[in-house]
Amino acid sequence: MNSEFLEFRDISKSFGAIRAVAGVSLGLKKGEFFSLLGPSGCGKTTMLRLAAGFEEPDAGRVFLDGRDITDLPPDKRKVNTIFQSYALFPHMTVRDNIAFGLAIAKRPKREIRAEVGRMLELIRMGDQAGKKPDQLSGGQKQRVAVARALINKPDVLLLDEPLAALDLKLRQKMLIELDLIHDEVGITFLYVTHDQAEAMSLSDRIAVMDGGRIEQVGTPAEIYESPRTSFVAAFIGDTNFLEGRIFDCPDRDYCRIAIPGLPEVVSFNDRAIQPGQPTYLSIRPEKVHISHERPETEARRNLLPAVVEDVIYLGSNTKYWVRAGSYRIQVLRQHARYFLDEQPIRWKDPCWIWWHADDGFMLDHFRKADESLLAVPPQRVGD
Amino acid sequence: MRRSRFPIAVTGLVLAFLYLPILILVANSFNPARYSSRWEGFSLVWYAKLFRSPEIWQAVRNTLLIAVSVTAVSVVLGTLAAYALHRWSSSRLQRLHFTLIYQPLVVPEILMGISLLMAFVAVGVPLGLFTIFLAHVTFCVSFVAMTVLGRLQDFDFSVIEAARDLGASPWQSTRRVLIPMLMPGIVAGGLLAFTLSVDDFVITFFVAGPGSTTLPLRIYSMIKYGAPPLINALSTLLLAVTLSAVLLSQHLADRRSGAG
Repeated sequence: MNSEFLEFRDISKSFGAIRAVAGVSLGLKKGEFFSLLGPSGCGKTTMLRLAAGFEEPDAGRVFLDGRDITDLPPDKRKVNTIFQSYALFPHMTVRDNIAFGLAIAKRPKREIRAEVGRMLELIRMGDQAGKKPDQLSGGQKQRVAVARALINKPDVLLLDEPLAALDLKLRQKMLIELDLIHDEVGITFLYVTHDQAEAMSLSDRIAVMDGGRIEQVGTPAEIYESPRTSFVAAFIGDTNFLEGRIFDCPDRDYCRIAIPGLPEVVSFNDRAIQPGQPTYLSIRPEKVHISHERPETEARRNLLPAVVEDVIYLGSNTKYWVRAGSYRIQVLRQHARYFLDEQPIRWKDPCWIWWHADDGFMLDHFRKADESLLAVPPQRVGD
Repeated sequence: MRRSRFPIAVTGLVLAFLYLPILILVANSFNPARYSSRWEGFSLVWYAKLFRSPEIWQAVRNTLLIAVSVTAVSVVLGTLAAYALHRWSSSRLQRLHFTLIYQPLVVPEILMGISLLMAFVAVGVPLGLFTIFLAHVTFCVSFVAMTVLGRLQDFDFSVIEAARDLGASPWQSTRRVLIPMLMPGIVAGGLLAFTLSVDDFVITFFVAGPGSTTLPLRIYSMIKYGAPPLINALSTLLLAVTLSAVLLSQHLADRRSGAG
């Protein structure tokens, strides 16, 4: 029928007047590392709690391996959770914490001892087995929580912002460790985070959520390179938004767009968009080139004259804010080998910026409020 | 600047006022003199006499019987009440519940004694051990509930979710996670209940019947019929029991969550 391993079908869930999840359908494939990414309050944690069985949906069903698990209590689901607060049992040792699932299942003592030993080895904490949770560091608690969940051999491991409570160094270390553990045990991971870097580096696929809805599902590269909505474009990485109207699609793949105050722009079109429609373009700063000299005109090269308004030198690259027409456009330039030999681009310099038509994306959906997610919101003259 | 001696002097006076009578009582219980308060050497004669008195033994038996059963019942009821109060703390009904639970801590004992007596008489329950037991439970439940509630305030309920998540049924997660984690609070509340039951006088006085004399009541009647050295010995024993229970309960309540 379908190949989805964990599937959410038309899920809605409200808490009082707040609609946490609004009609979401989503499927995870077996063995994949899937992330739910979004700002706090976007409904991602509610989705995880629905999968775990801590919440019941108001509408819709949850399926695991083809079975409807919507009405099963948490202890009857073959999923296990890593909590943001770790939620280790403070009155038990590390060993007893890890053994909890097997002890509840009344498995033979010898088997429990062997399994716990294997888990302690996996998280490299064999020498800490007799300690109580409050004697452990944050990273160690995290690892115990992972072992405690994995020992039950769940079909899906649910991770609720597992790294949020750790400091940056430790977070990077645990990131690699989680990745290794996923490779090793090969079970499906559903990972909830508000941190785009975590989601990008770990996931096979990401679902970006906002306001209880899914904005886009795709691989990290798809999400970054071809965002469908202004929210996705602005929440993940930086971007420039241009507002215009399609006036011609000479061939099926490219459209000509009129943008007030700028020369005509050409953009790649992979959707059934008709001339005459308003449209919004998203162009990533690193796709825009900048130079003092006017480059040659080419087909599908969008070339604009501009004036530099801000320059921020960042070592491996430089960020420029340039004024083109009524827009303030962000340009990110990687430093090439002869960077220092060139004449530097300075504040107030007139310059040229250009990008290829394939690097600009027409968004399906644009919301003005999403501009506030950008590092420095664009200022438009006359605003 | 020289530090004022005033605070230390006041502290000393207050402590003396509070504890000197108790110290004198304890010392006198070891004094064999019958009427004078002159020290005639260390002796356990009053303790020996105490242990030979059948009336005292009867009172001790009554007191312990009541205290143990009151503790058992109020620990269960108080813990359940605290859980309900905490888990649904935002509901109107639980706010009413809280007020009701809190009342016995602030209502004058004499009022509780009179009203309980009137209630028992109205319903037709014969006064005796059972009525004392019921009366003690009414206020001990409140003390247990407040102690356990204090522990629930900083209880992270995600551990209960974690237990359910790992395959524990609601009952298993309660028995293996919730109760062990609340245990210090439950034990502290139980010790408090035990202590309060052992030395309650006012309420017991109202609801006691023939043959149900407890230790505090017995002491009171002994004072009336004059046997001061015996009372000294008995009070010292009572003091030792209640003091150790209170200290133990404080120790348990102070321990940080999870350390047990």
